[in-house]
Amino acid sequence: MTEAPHGPDALDLIGQEQYHEVGEFPVEQGYIWTSCASVENGNPLFWDPEVAGALTGGPVAPPSMVSVWFRPHHWAPGRTEEALPLQVHFDLKEQLGLPEAVMTDNTIEFHTPVRIGDVLRTHQVLRSVSEEKTTKLGTGRFWVIDVVYANQDGELVAGESYTGFGYRRAEA
Amino acid sequence: MTVSVSPRLLLDDVAVGDELPALDYDVSATTVVLGALATRDWRPMHHDKDFAVYRNGTQDIFLNTPNQAAWFERYLTDWTGPHGRLGRVTFRMKGSVFPGDTMSLRGVVESTEVDEVDCGFVNVAVTLSVAGDTKTTCAARIALPRSADDNPWARSGERWLPSPVRP
Repeated sequence: MTEAPHGPDALDLIGQEQYHEVGEFPVEQGYIWTSCASVENGNPLFWDPEVAGALTGGPVAPPSMVSVWFRPHHWAPGRTEEALPLQVHFDLKEQLGLPEAVMTDNTIEFHTPVRIGDVLRTHQVLRSVSEEKTTKLGTGRFWVIDVVYANQDGELVAGESYTGFGYRRAEA
Repeated sequence: MTVSVSPRLLLDDVAVGDELPALDYDVSATTVVLGALATRDWRPMHHDKDFAVYRNGTQDIFLNTPNQAAWFERYLTDWTGPHGRLGRVTFRMKGSVFPGDTMSLRGVVESTEVDEVDCGFVNVAVTLSVAGDTKTTCAARIALPRSADDNPWARSGERWLPSPVRP
């Protein structure tokens, strides 16, 4: 196997906690409705305060939104660098010289419900990087990245694991 | 004021092999862009057709993964009602969903269980397909109440085990 030019750098970080981040803004009702509207989710837990009060002790966010709270707005005052979610994924693309990438697998476990006003924190851990493989998309490598989410009280709210495939497009 | 909300579906109402109600949805460019914005996913292949076609080599813009997660959640809780509490989901992306596609969500109950802390769970295999081609699969583990006065959302700490212990 030929060694990738920057391979060792990326591989050195396997198992290490990276990119500890605090959400840019608190969990908010408006974005919950934006999410529900995008998929026509009429679950009364997110629309009817009485149902939320009875079942969850007050409004909660849809569990599947957990990663949304860390994706920055497209612009923010004073921000000079483009902020990318799942930075480890983009680091790997760059360090391994793989210009394109897709996600192939995603597992999320949901723990303490996310509530309006929560300020969540997260970190990422690179778990593994495969040898070079060729798929119908092109030639590249698979990698697994874990993302851990907690609330302001340190309670685990979710654990997520992504499998990505970074690749160079096959010649036509 | 306290309201009482009755569960729509109890664990005992569910049997292995049960099919969830079907959901078919006509995906438009608006669907894809709404989903991208709702998940704050600004990558151009989810809103810029030229980028998707000429840079990514796909036929059009396509639904992003976090938005598909929202579609699966909606599909599952349409069935369970608000008492249904997601424990774990695993998505496998096999192909993309484009504007003009009719996406079909189908789900089958694979198993039911009462875990070691007496919480009822259902394991559902959900498929998102277009014209018979599977685009994404979702293995979901969702908690259901075991009786009319049970509520999986009331669980926390050691009484909430969203992921089964692997042997």
